[in-house]
Amino acid sequence: MPDDSRLIYAEQVCKTYQTAATPGRLVLDHVDFALREGEIVAILGKSGSGKSTFLRVLAGLTPPSEGRVAYRGQLVDGPAHGIAMVFQTFALFPWLTVLGNVELGLEAQGVPRAERRQRALKAIDLIGLDGFESAYPKELSGGMRQRVGFARALVVNPDVLLLDEPFSALDVLTAETLRGDLMDLWVERRMPTKGIIFVSHNIEEAVEIADRIIIFGSDPGHIRAEIAVPLPRPRDVTSPRFTQIVDEVYSILTTVPGREPGRRGARPETIGIGYRLPAASIQQLVGLLDAICAAPYSGRADLPHLVESEHIEDEALFVLIEALQLLGFAQVAGGDIWATPAGRNFAEADLQGRKQIFGDQLRGHIPLVAHIRKVLDERPGHSAPEGRFLAELEDHLSEEEAHEVLETVINWGRYAELFAYDYDRGVLSLENPT
Amino acid sequence: MQQRWGLPIVAWPSRLRPNYWDCIALPLVLGTIVLIAWAGQQMSVPYHIGEQLAISLDPLNLPEYGLRTVLRMALALVASLVFSLGYAALAAKSRRAEKVLIPVLDILQSVPILGFLSITVTGFIALFPGSLLGYECAAIFAIFTSQAWNMTFSLYQSFLGVPQDLREAARMYHLSPWQSFWQLEVPFALPQLVWNMMMSVSGGWFFVVASEAISVAGQDVKLPGIGSYIALATEQRDWTAVGYAILAMLAFILVYDQLLFRPLLAWGQRFKVEAIGQDEVEPPWFLIMLQRARLFDGVRALYDAVMSLVSSAGRALPRPRRVAPFRMGKARWVDVGWNAFIFTGALYALFEIVRFVYGETGTREVLQVFFLGFVTLIRVAILIALAAVLWVPVGVWIGLRPRLARRVQPVVQFLAAFPANLFFPVVVSAIVSFHLNVQIWVSPLMILGTQWYILFNVIAGTLALPTDYQFVASNLGVSRWLWWRRLVLPGIFPAFVTGAVTASGGSWNASIVTEVVRWGNDTLVATGIGAYIAQQTEKGDFPRIALGIAVLCLYVLLFNRLLWRRLYSLAEERLRLD
Repeated sequence: MPDDSRLIYAEQVCKTYQTAATPGRLVLDHVDFALREGEIVAILGKSGSGKSTFLRVLAGLTPPSEGRVAYRGQLVDGPAHGIAMVFQTFALFPWLTVLGNVELGLEAQGVPRAERRQRALKAIDLIGLDGFESAYPKELSGGMRQRVGFARALVVNPDVLLLDEPFSALDVLTAETLRGDLMDLWVERRMPTKGIIFVSHNIEEAVEIADRIIIFGSDPGHIRAEIAVPLPRPRDVTSPRFTQIVDEVYSILTTVPGREPGRRGARPETIGIGYRLPAASIQQLVGLLDAICAAPYSGRADLPHLVESEHIEDEALFVLIEALQLLGFAQVAGGDIWATPAGRNFAEADLQGRKQIFGDQLRGHIPLVAHIRKVLDERPGHSAPEGRFLAELEDHLSEEEAHEVLETVINWGRYAELFAYDYDRGVLSLENPT
Repeated sequence: MQQRWGLPIVAWPSRLRPNYWDCIALPLVLGTIVLIAWAGQQMSVPYHIGEQLAISLDPLNLPEYGLRTVLRMALALVASLVFSLGYAALAAKSRRAEKVLIPVLDILQSVPILGFLSITVTGFIALFPGSLLGYECAAIFAIFTSQAWNMTFSLYQSFLGVPQDLREAARMYHLSPWQSFWQLEVPFALPQLVWNMMMSVSGGWFFVVASEAISVAGQDVKLPGIGSYIALATEQRDWTAVGYAILAMLAFILVYDQLLFRPLLAWGQRFKVEAIGQDEVEPPWFLIMLQRARLFDGVRALYDAVMSLVSSAGRALPRPRRVAPFRMGKARWVDVGWNAFIFTGALYALFEIVRFVYGETGTREVLQVFFLGFVTLIRVAILIALAAVLWVPVGVWIGLRPRLARRVQPVVQFLAAFPANLFFPVVVSAIVSFHLNVQIWVSPLMILGTQWYILFNVIAGTLALPTDYQFVASNLGVSRWLWWRRLVLPGIFPAFVTGAVTASGGSWNASIVTEVVRWGNDTLVATGIGAYIAQQTEKGDFPRIALGIAVLCLYVLLFNRLLWRRLYSLAEERLRLD
């Protein structure tokens, strides 16, 4: 049934990245989505869940491999007039002044000079940039640059605004101010925009702004959950209802698929050699596990609290938590994380003991590590070129991801002294340099 | 109350009032216009083959000669700019074109520049019978070949490196491909392009001097210019004239540097995506003048008008709104056809070359030429090694003193730009009067002009070494030898390789000019492929010129692939400072 309030919608969108070498890798798997008039939708997901790619498909910057995207009933087959985008990295032209950047879109449309100037000045005024018209982007702070990004988007009077992590390159204070200003414009209807889709990795930010939150799952990217945020604006971030929704989102995002509560104790065999291991650093893993086991948490912590007390970014947290879960050091459910017996043992052990425990967990829980050890043990010289493992990984992952995973495993394996790696020769071996 | 009437005051709007800078700017602009018009007229004077052009050693002629040399430079630069914009854009946009264009460029880069001159000059003469224009074109073309490749590579690389987010922004805001070429890609490429242009022009001076005195197939034409002046001075063993020429060249390069490149470099900063504090260039006086003088407001308005015309012209062009659909099957067949076409073309060309060269020569001569190439290879290798031994310590010493380095750097850049061929007479007469071994003592000429790249890069590399490293080293009490081995040499290696690549390329190129040198009636000939090409050029024996150039080209390619590329990737991968 056609639904007139749909500004933009996606039907069964799939996206496959194809290179000459690999047969093609699915990054988006049958995604259905619609943005209605007067709505702000946030898209959350781990890095690599295809949320940015999906935004680009909606924008018409990259075509879907299957399925279709329509804007006001028209098939999107390129950047459509009426859709504007704000970029994480601002994407301002450094050789144009603030005014020049804001006028760019109008100039491309062939708007006459006088009208161009007048509309640009109005947009600059709206977003609080007056006085900076003649400044070059490199003279501005990050926050001011992103304001230019918003002015450039708003000046073309967009129907739909696509925001690709617009605040994540900014410091907390600046992000909050800019977010507040944007919400004021939205609530007071001072911009012509009818709908906003916005990609984020900050959970609280999403709950604060959005009417609806879409959570993307990884490998391949798909819509895992959808949460409505029926709170009145302006929102009170301390209200119990707000906290409850934040907790709910945390609990969805931090649960490793296939280990949802109720399937407690699901064996680690659920991941294979080609699993895309999270690139967690040893130092941070150890630090987080120590923090969970120490006071005030003493082994069990509320995730939003932990984020606040340990000053971790949400995105980094997902990586660490996934790694802790995979390694069998911790478990997560309902927005809480708690240490397993192995995790507690690790936290109490001394340096050598920790290496021992870490090594045991690696061999027991990470199939790739067990595989590498087995190959090295069996080989006559107890060494093997990295290319061999990369080739195996590339059966499941892209070339870049395979390198990332191998790098992660090498770091973990080195810490546990399970194997050594010679960077110059690109060889894994059992021996350490003499 | 009595109304007082005064004289009406003409109220100049402040924008229109001339300022002090205009006093300098006005004569400069008018003078330049007049000079260009005059020199252009001189270029197309009637000329018949065999006629002798009067070149006089009177130093009063030098400003005129210098001007004409400079004009040739400028024309070549403009031609290089236009060429490289088109070529690089095509290579960066079309995957199929790229497959051919980039390897071709790589080869073109290793063809000796004076080789282009010997091959093309007859064609150019035929193009403009009865006029000097043919010779002028040949000379300009030679300079063009010394600049264009390098600029094209720089542009191509910049085009590929345009940040993804800026590209997406351009598409999102509906810039047409034409608009985003001029508003995004070209501005993005500008800073690197200006830098490469400056380097190219440095090389160009060497070849402009070498290409003005053209002697191909018995024809001997000296185009009025500093190069011909020096050639004549050499023929007549006139020391004072050589001195005058050196002074004049010095002045002209200084003017070029001050009026063109310093302002361009400073202006190019504006286009840098990253604002790096270290690189900030002090605005040079000429740029300040350009920006302050009201007169140039008109120029800027003109520039704006042209740009907006360019952009509206773009609107008239059809714009591909659709995202290119994925039609794998069809695209693959076109690819296969294209590859087959290229392959057949290459095979045919190879066949033609072999027929052309082999018909005249034979296996023996080909082997002989390969041997000559090997001799030149040894010469280049030894010279680069010697230059490294000499300049690395000096460069490090200077680089460790940042204040000194800042003063030395422009001097070294200047030395690199100075055409070393002006000094050849000095060396040659020394060899003649002291009866030195020609094979050995001619060699330093090859590196006379290019060694500065090594020094320049070593200084820059040392400057870039974090001071922390030096603190650590002195804190640990690292001994002198260890300090070199563990800190300095690995630290400056990437910079050194860059410098050495440039120096070695330049030396190969210079071999044609340096393995045969003259001073009056004394002609010194060293064994080598450069001498072979030079002698065949004089005779006008085209198959042999082609053979010489092909072999030289092959050596340069092999030398680059087997040595420099490897060192380069080693430097990239292991010794980068970040």
